Amino acid sequence: MTDKYTQFVSQGIGKDLAKKLGLPQPAVLRRYKAGEPLAPGPVLLLGNGNASGADELAAALLGWGLDVRRNALPKEKLGAIIVVLDDVEHPDDLGGPVLTAAQSLRDLVPCARVVTISRTSASAASPAVAAGRQGVDGLLRSLAKELRAGATANGILLGGSAGTTSPSTLGALRFFLSGRSAFVDGQFLTVTTGAGQLPADADKPLNGKVAVVTGAARGIGAAIARTLYRDGARLVVVDIPAAGDHLAAVANEVHGTALQLDITAENAGKRIIDHAMERHGGLDIVIHNAGITRDRLLANMDESRWNSVIGVNIASQLRINEALLESKRFSKAPRIVSVASTSGIAGNRGQTNYAASKGGVIGMVRATAPLLAEGGGSINAVAPGFIETDMTARIPFATREVARRLNSLQQGGQPGDVAEAIAFLASDAAAGISGEVLRVCGQNLVGA
Amino acid sequence: MPEAAESASAPQETATGRVTLRKAVVVGGNRIPFARTGGAYTKSSNQDMLTAALDGLIARFGLQEERIGEVAAGAVLKHSRDFNLTREAVLGSALSPETPAYDLQQACATGLETVLGLANKIKLGQIDSAIAGGVDSASDAPIAVSEGLREILLDLNRAKSLPERLKVLSRLRPKDLAPDAPNTGEPRTGLSMGEHQALTTAQWKISREAQDELAFNSHHNLAAAYERGFFDDLVTPYRGLSRDSNLRPDTSMEKLATLNPVFGKSLGAEATMTAGNSTPLTDGASTVLLGTEEWADARGLPKLAVVVDGEAAAVDFVHGKDGLLMAPVFAVPRLLARNGLSFEDIDFFEVHEAFAGTVLSTLAAWEDEEFGRNRLGLDGALGKIDRAKLNVNGSSLAAGHPFAATGGRIVATLAKMLHENGPVDGRPARGLISICAAGGQGVVAILEAYSAPEGR
Repeated sequence: MTDKYTQFVSQGIGKDLAKKLGLPQPAVLRRYKAGEPLAPGPVLLLGNGNASGADELAAALLGWGLDVRRNALPKEKLGAIIVVLDDVEHPDDLGGPVLTAAQSLRDLVPCARVVTISRTSASAASPAVAAGRQGVDGLLRSLAKELRAGATANGILLGGSAGTTSPSTLGALRFFLSGRSAFVDGQFLTVTTGAGQLPADADKPLNGKVAVVTGAARGIGAAIARTLYRDGARLVVVDIPAAGDHLAAVANEVHGTALQLDITAENAGKRIIDHAMERHGGLDIVIHNAGITRDRLLANMDESRWNSVIGVNIASQLRINEALLESKRFSKAPRIVSVASTSGIAGNRGQTNYAASKGGVIGMVRATAPLLAEGGGSINAVAPGFIETDMTARIPFATREVARRLNSLQQGGQPGDVAEAIAFLASDAAAGISGEVLRVCGQNLVGA
Repeated sequence: MPEAAESASAPQETATGRVTLRKAVVVGGNRIPFARTGGAYTKSSNQDMLTAALDGLIARFGLQEERIGEVAAGAVLKHSRDFNLTREAVLGSALSPETPAYDLQQACATGLETVLGLANKIKLGQIDSAIAGGVDSASDAPIAVSEGLREILLDLNRAKSLPERLKVLSRLRPKDLAPDAPNTGEPRTGLSMGEHQALTTAQWKISREAQDELAFNSHHNLAAAYERGFFDDLVTPYRGLSRDSNLRPDTSMEKLATLNPVFGKSLGAEATMTAGNSTPLTDGASTVLLGTEEWADARGLPKLAVVVDGEAAAVDFVHGKDGLLMAPVFAVPRLLARNGLSFEDIDFFEVHEAFAGTVLSTLAAWEDEEFGRNRLGLDGALGKIDRAKLNVNGSSLAAGHPFAATGGRIVATLAKMLHENGPVDGRPARGLISICAAGGQGVVAILEAYSAPEGR
């Protein structure tokens, strides 16, 4: 799982050596295991007096069996700090709770969490309110870069009708506190409505759902299938016929059905929904994961490289979504999650075609969200950064080593880390989150 | 449907009042691409390939951990250690380990015979689901020690003292060390299958051009089927192969005409059988999922076709009365008569292409008035097959022929064709399968597109 360097510097001689030489010391991250506590220690909940939603939230956290503190005890180790800033009306309001939190940062256990909850600046009534709210953005992203030992900081933004105890606020909070968000760092999730429902069984949030995963034969797609299966979903796994042997192995592992299908086919959407309906009696979740790279500098780009990447990575998703949304048999409140890429956000040398397709995915997700809103459906994207896959294993050693370390967690993510973010966004707990792009990149230091 | 068949498929009660005749439905199939011997599957055993074909089927239909009524498969070239080949493949697959299995062997008819045997069990109410299959590897063929060495080794094992052992070993001669490799020669004639067919091909005066044309059509039909995605839900890639490696989509009559004859060279007549119009040795495996209507419905599985009936025949090739591979010539008229059908009632003909000469000799025999009267006991010729209905998605000349795997390939392919075709003149589409086998045997079968009974 963890790369060899991280293993070496995590213990014994390697740990001492790395410390003395000032080498990066990536931590072995805390990852989700069924039945493990949500946070690795007591949770400190901070907020500005009684006006904020902190009290309501405290009640909810206690309900989850968390050890909640409203004031830090001297020398007590903490598993997480939650800073509720939903009542910030001026940059001056930030100092109180933030400086209180600062005093406890050194008490955080390894792989602890800091989570802020604040309001979106877009919905601010005045420049001062907007300044205060937007200040949280810079604060949080900087703090994430300061935390060590696998700890992360992420923020929840409340927009529209969402409050601190809306189902999706709580869902996002659970996601950020848990090991499911191991490789998500310095990111925000915006909750826009009070929609959503927390699962009856926290370890089986997708019970009874039928999910389709494209590109599921290997890598991130296979990890998505495994994670959705673990979370209780029934699976249809899709990949091109030539990848059928790997696909069959995944299908048998996740007790699903294998559908050998080229997603660029004109009737791919219909074939997916036909299969899901006939074999599983419904279709609730669609994960658009299939993607290809055909890297070339734009100056050397040819038509076939450009077109095949656009065709597979975005045009097929548009066509399939169109077919699904037209179909009367598709879930009225579907959860659609697309795999984008940090290349589509920040750009990447040699990937103009790929970045165009992944930027396209983000555009599509934002524009599709309003179409699904009425029925209670949602669509989001997850943008992976450097993930340890067969594909990244082929990058030359030096380049790979640099790419892997250039993030706040100083390591590459695992396919399962991307899968966890997708599984969360595919759950009903995330129904109030739509049109969002969540990066799973360990907070890349370069680019956006 | 004609009367004879209708009465045969009506449910009947046993003395205990149990309904015992049900429809055996073909749900679907899966095979691995067939590979020319010495190619992609050189290092794969029969058990590896059969397990891969099973796992692909399980994945396609979501049968993980399912207890299937029974699995039957077999191999023609089989190692002695593989005495429980099918059961071992089941244990290595994602099926429930509580799924029973048995091996069956009827030379090249093995695959079709497993389908018929299991379909009968389903019809009789003994099982609700079944997987039929077959596998063969000519690459990983068993090699036995010579008879001489085998006797010496067995005697050595029985010897009790050192002097006795030395005495047994002293019988060892250099020639005993030569291994005994399997071949396709007939034990009773010493002739290879190709040489046998060459005699039949010459007897029926089948031209080189006609044989090459059949091979050409097989390659082009199979390639076209792959191109339009027909095999996307019939084949699962294996060991880097996603299409049959024998397939030559770009072959032409000119290219086929340049090949030198390989069989029948000693015949007085012009030799006509080449590597192009004969099937090569091939490795591969296939499986077919069968079940009752209820079993398929309960799992939301497709119902492509029903197994209507089957028939086996054998000929006396040893004394030269008939050609080695001509048994289906006799099996088909018996099967058609029992079901009250004629060639007019058949929409797809799947005649296994062991050699192009086999198919064409078979068709010639059916078209021959005198043969029909004297040998088939008919008023005249059995009939002429519309060639546009023959092997329309290619057959063994293009796909290759891993002996025991061919039956499963044909049944699954035909079932899908029947399902896609829809009704013909208000009745379900119907297909005839004809497979010749070593030892002068042949097995044939009728499949019909599944159509829901009234009110379902």
